[in-house]
Amino acid sequence: MAHSDWEAVIGLEIHVQLATSSKIFSAASAGFGERPNTSVDPVTLGMPGVLPVLNREVVELAMRLGLALGCTIDQSSRFARKHYFYPDLPKGYQISQFAAPICQGGEVRCVVDGEVLSFRLNRIHLEEDAGKNVHDQRNDRSLVDFNRAGVPLVEIVSEPDLRSAAHAVAYMKAVHQVVVALGVSDGNMERGNFRCDANVSVRRRGAKAYGTRTEVKNVNSFRFIGRAVTYEIDRQIGLIEAGGEVTQETRGWDDEAGITRSQRSKEEAYDYRYFPDPDLLPVVIDDAWLASVRATLPELPLDRWRRFQDELGLSAYDADVLTQSVERANYFEQVAKGAGDAKLASNWVTGELMAQLNRDGVALGDSPVAADALTELLGLVTAGTISAKMAKTCFQAMYHKGVSAKDWVAANGGQITDPAVIAEHVDTVIAANPGQVVQYLGGKEKLLGFFVGQVMKATRGKANPGQVNTVVRERLAAQKGDS
Amino acid sequence: MQHVCETPLTIEGALAAQASGETSALELTEAALARAEATASLNAWALVDADGARAQAEAIDMRRAAGEPLGPLAGVPIGVKDQICTKGLRTTAASKILENFVPPYDATVVSRLRQADAIIVGKLNQDEFAMGSSNERSLFGPAFNPHDGTRVPGGSSGGSAAAVAAGSCVASLGTDTGGSIRQPASFCGVVGLKPTYGRVSRWGAIAFASSLDQVGPLGRSVRDVAAVYGVIAGHDPLDSTSLTHAVEAPNYAVDGSLAGLRVGVPQEYFIDGIEPAVKASVDAALGQLEQLGATCVPVSLPHTEAAVATYYLLATAEASSNLSRYDGIRYGHRTSESVSDIGALYAKSRAEGFGDEVKRRIILGTFVLSSGYYDAFYLKAQKVRTLIRRDFDAAFADVDVLATPTSPVTAFKVGEHVTDPLQMYLMDIFTIPSSLAGNTSLNLPCGVDSAGLPIGLQLIAPPLGEARLLSIAERLERKLGNWGGR
Repeated sequence: MAHSDWEAVIGLEIHVQLATSSKIFSAASAGFGERPNTSVDPVTLGMPGVLPVLNREVVELAMRLGLALGCTIDQSSRFARKHYFYPDLPKGYQISQFAAPICQGGEVRCVVDGEVLSFRLNRIHLEEDAGKNVHDQRNDRSLVDFNRAGVPLVEIVSEPDLRSAAHAVAYMKAVHQVVVALGVSDGNMERGNFRCDANVSVRRRGAKAYGTRTEVKNVNSFRFIGRAVTYEIDRQIGLIEAGGEVTQETRGWDDEAGITRSQRSKEEAYDYRYFPDPDLLPVVIDDAWLASVRATLPELPLDRWRRFQDELGLSAYDADVLTQSVERANYFEQVAKGAGDAKLASNWVTGELMAQLNRDGVALGDSPVAADALTELLGLVTAGTISAKMAKTCFQAMYHKGVSAKDWVAANGGQITDPAVIAEHVDTVIAANPGQVVQYLGGKEKLLGFFVGQVMKATRGKANPGQVNTVVRERLAAQKGDS
Repeated sequence: MQHVCETPLTIEGALAAQASGETSALELTEAALARAEATASLNAWALVDADGARAQAEAIDMRRAAGEPLGPLAGVPIGVKDQICTKGLRTTAASKILENFVPPYDATVVSRLRQADAIIVGKLNQDEFAMGSSNERSLFGPAFNPHDGTRVPGGSSGGSAAAVAAGSCVASLGTDTGGSIRQPASFCGVVGLKPTYGRVSRWGAIAFASSLDQVGPLGRSVRDVAAVYGVIAGHDPLDSTSLTHAVEAPNYAVDGSLAGLRVGVPQEYFIDGIEPAVKASVDAALGQLEQLGATCVPVSLPHTEAAVATYYLLATAEASSNLSRYDGIRYGHRTSESVSDIGALYAKSRAEGFGDEVKRRIILGTFVLSSGYYDAFYLKAQKVRTLIRRDFDAAFADVDVLATPTSPVTAFKVGEHVTDPLQMYLMDIFTIPSSLAGNTSLNLPCGVDSAGLPIGLQLIAPPLGEARLLSIAERLERKLGNWGGR
């Protein structure tokens, strides 16, 4: 099949659990890992006569996300009831937003092949999560855990603007970065706190009308989304080219088999019978509240990525590595500012520090070398007190023994920068290696490194390499003049 | 068979008699329990909590003896409609689907009654899920009218009205969605208040139609109703639709005239089909208002005709949603038949648990909200609801209160209308518009028909006009003589 004849049309719906301590409509805990059916109360269980009361923190987090993504905030959004029967849905309806979501429009920007692309958002709305059905195989019975029921979610709905699996992956990553950077969610995918559904269709290149779409449900990792979308695009093209038709349906991604499987066709689709929830008033957001949330928005990861390149002169690659988490970017910025050398700070954070942390499986927040300690170390490097090579040795001592850079220098001595001392070492090395001197003078200039290396070795790495280099050249040149 | 209490006790009287040592909370409670037993044939009670009531009364008497301050309803026996959750006390909404449901929480109105030291005597009979106008559709069987045991007490709060009239409690709580407090109050000759929507917390009151439901008091006098209203009204953070305004107390001017009061008489409410005795009695009450100095003027509420249809679209839509939670999974009735899948479990459990009228409304409401019909029914009904509210706004620009019959008829025979739902729906024709508008209204007994059956006057005031409404009703009540002039 000739893929170049085809164009994929993809829209993503991402469900993100908001980082609140209590549920969206009750005071029950929204925590994870509790014993089944302990984070529940009469509201969570949909008992007779109970009423929902909106958790304002949820609104604030949704506003934060909406403002950061350039959405229009509806200052009077509404909750609606979405009806279906399922054991994990306590009330027989889910409280969601339908006709008047809290955020409309907006965009998600992400980097694909080094280029910044923008994908339009349709909306972001608030809703409550459902519980979880568990099948007890041993006793052949079904059980329900309602701990998750009523946990606050936002659903982020894109326009069908994505055109490839690469777009889908980049978009999902960008959304994940933003919600975590904003503190809107912990973004934990293993726990299901960040889940993605993909709507996929294909059409002949140049066609205006959309093809029939399928919805691939619960694709909960960046790797899966790429594979699932790729599979679904290929499947649909193959189907049509073989004279078949795509059926509008819900499909699930089976990662082990590497395929999507049909789950529910359009004929079996529910009529959700949405209507405004009469138990809840419109969510009124006054201008002052909106302004106060806007005032506390942090810099977005993509903006920071750009600034690290434009203002600090980092490469796109390094800027990307450093903006993978807010914590990492903050750590880097603190070091860069303190040391007065962004490139040096970047090299150290992305190099020595991250390599060591990755080796040990230690999170940046738990790093034995804090940002101010690393700043001190790099300060000694830029001041010439120690060489880059010495700094690496010093770093190991800081990391493993908890000593400070200054204490290490005090104990081990600083860099040798006295020209007389360096000259003495250089002369000794030249005198000890007459054969290499002859070769060097005969044109084998590569041997310069050999002499420098010998001096460094003799000084146990403490001689200033730049100075050594200069003096070795001078002294060898002098030998030439002598002969 | 007459079961009307001949020696009515008022809240004020009960408080005074306890303060003077003439009686005790326990004696008042025993008297109510004895009355409940003597009038058991009325089937007004879904559950009498005799032991619990005695324990509450004893505790209050002990506190009084110890000189502790007591609440404004101390020792007053009160009944609670079974639609309203009572902690540790079975609450069924008169439905098989909640046959064994014991709430682990009190409704806010109940906890406020307890804080006021009222005695909760038990739970009162009603139509299943408050759907009905006759109290004939109940898990507990029909309740009967204390004025004539062959007749209905009205509904849905039939037990709440019958028990008050029979004297098995001094006052009661009902719920009113389209007239469920006012119409039974009218049929049983008691006072019943539907507060402004949002004035009384709905937390713990089992939902029928959330945008219309209000809890309210029934009593034998306006003052009793006002006293209970004063306790249960006011903002509740557990109900998002609860209003934050302060609750005003009514002002009972001793010899006050109603000079300057403008009373609107909606022309659309005096239709054919209204019983002549009802019209005559209401006209007479309007005459009494004028004698007190009020001016009665005709007003128009032009969208009245559409109110019943509008109500049955919106109320059933909301009910179909609210009753979705009764699925037999977490609590309530679950079929004992073996089922093949989850769908069958729902279908069987719900088919067995709900009565015919409830099923009818769930089906109607589901249809109203269905894709393709939503705009034509639900949305259009919402628009008409707005027009009806505007009718009232326009009328209240000119008058202070509106006066109408509460019901076009007096209490009918048990079984008379039960096979004709449409005719039953039309019973609420005068009470529904005020519910749709969300304002406040009450039933005041104003006379009896030739068979001695009570007739009720409905007074309607603008939203949050309870204090004014109760003051006016109290003045007219004195003029009419308590018990509607009998």
